[in-house]
Amino acid sequence: MTALLETQGVSKRFGGLQAVSDVSFTIRQGEILGLIGPNGAGKTTLFNIVNGVYKPDKGKITFAGKDITGLAPNHVVKLGLARTHQIVKPLNGMTVLENVTVGACFGRESLGLREARETSLEVLKEVGMAERAQSPARSLTLAGKKRLEVARALAAGPKLLLLDEVLAGLTPTEVAQMIDLIRKIRERGVSVFMIEHVMQAVMKLSDRIVVLNFGQKLAEGSPPEVAADSQVIEAYLGDSEIADRLMEKK
Amino acid sequence: MIFKRPSFWLTLLLAAVFIYLPLRSNDAALREDLILVAVAIILVSNLNLMIGYTGYVNFGHIVFYGLGGYVGLYLVSARGWHLPSAALTAGVFVSICALFFGLGVLRLRGAYFALATVGILVAVHAFVSNFDPWGRSTGMYLPFEAYEPLGGAMRALWVTYYLVIAVMALSMILSLAIKRSKFGLGLFAIREDEDAAVVLGINATVYKAIIYSVSAFLPAVAGALMFYKNGMIDPSIAFEYMLSIEGIVMLMLGGQGTVIGAAMGAGLYERLRSYLLTQPRLSNFHLVIAGGLLLVVVLFASRGLIEWLYKFVPRSREVIE
Repeated sequence: MTALLETQGVSKRFGGLQAVSDVSFTIRQGEILGLIGPNGAGKTTLFNIVNGVYKPDKGKITFAGKDITGLAPNHVVKLGLARTHQIVKPLNGMTVLENVTVGACFGRESLGLREARETSLEVLKEVGMAERAQSPARSLTLAGKKRLEVARALAAGPKLLLLDEVLAGLTPTEVAQMIDLIRKIRERGVSVFMIEHVMQAVMKLSDRIVVLNFGQKLAEGSPPEVAADSQVIEAYLGDSEIADRLMEKK
Repeated sequence: MIFKRPSFWLTLLLAAVFIYLPLRSNDAALREDLILVAVAIILVSNLNLMIGYTGYVNFGHIVFYGLGGYVGLYLVSARGWHLPSAALTAGVFVSICALFFGLGVLRLRGAYFALATVGILVAVHAFVSNFDPWGRSTGMYLPFEAYEPLGGAMRALWVTYYLVIAVMALSMILSLAIKRSKFGLGLFAIREDEDAAVVLGINATVYKAIIYSVSAFLPAVAGALMFYKNGMIDPSIAFEYMLSIEGIVMLMLGGQGTVIGAAMGAGLYERLRSYLLTQPRLSNFHLVIAGGLLLVVVLFASRGLIEWLYKFVPRSREVIE
């Protein structure tokens, strides 16, 4: 499999805080890569660097064979790299359909308004929000807003989707629905890079997992490898029994 | 298509009424009243593109109108241009100026942007007041011969009136077209959440600069027409700070983000203003009313009068945009 996204030695410092330091990893075509780590480990910062919200101080990011280091987010999404936000950012005054249409209009294919609306209706059906199309975005529940984030990103026609904690704060039923959705997205051939704290889900879904701690890459490997890694257990999982139990559930 | 939108035909109907009413009775006083309403609608419609569509409060909107007036009057009086080409050139020139201003100040957001727009207004005012070719603080006068190409001063008044009405209709149609376009969708996304809009693929810097520049064009054309009609211009009437702020009141009163609401607010407020201004006992009392209105609107009807209409007649939301 070929690498879709590759980062080499990426670093970012905020004042006295080294948020991300010398992180390298690759995402292959069609794969789901999980990104885990304790709070403040630099996961969201890494996302922000990858999609261009922050410029890295050092390092290089290559996406689909192109150097995208320091490229602004609005250009990155046109190359096929879309994302969701941990703290949801719905366009509150607009309807659900309009929100998704923005994604389709300004995404990879830069669709015209009419086509964008058709694409958006399909995407909304896919994520199970078709009946909410005309509701104002502000009226959605948290789960709805997270789905909307995913729908908006999907409408952009991405090759790679960055999901920033789309499961956090959802009820077990909603989590199960979202997991199904992520699987469906991958079946469409979209690669997924996801930050997640809901361990069972990330272990179940991911092909490989990258662990961050204090801005550094602590481990990388398949879910069983990562769960068995003593450093990871110490830094994040806390207890080797928890790790065992997680793997049993898989 | 825009021709299918009821608001498009409503706009044309409004323009037709504006043309017909003073013509029927050959009533010059009515014409002068209506031209002020039309100018208010032009200013507020274009201000709406910034405030209502993009979410950027422009306190210095009047600068486009004044600057357009200066360029237009200068081209007619000192260069001997005809009115239409002078007015169009004024529009293009001011739009280009706005593009440069915009690329600078639109890096700012929220209150900082609003402050910077006040700065632009004060700076342009100061520049014009000291600019020799434009007569410094005494301004410029138009000789009577300047009206000859339009068939004399009397006819020129009517011609400029029709032109202003045309610019008014164009302003509303422009607002409508932008609202129903992909470009407009991008602007609304910026208004709701600029960071999210950029992540979704919108080049916010370029979009904001373009709409700032677009919102300058028709007000500048209107300025050129109006000061040609008045035959004179000086810095204090060209850059009337109060009018800039009253424009915001009119917009909020009618309903920001809507085409018909903006026009409605402009019309209502302008009539009220004219009434109060002509009451001898109430010198400048209209400003008290403006302040009070702004308070009431912000507190009780932050989305303007049009929202009441939508509430009582829900179907009107589809028709009256």
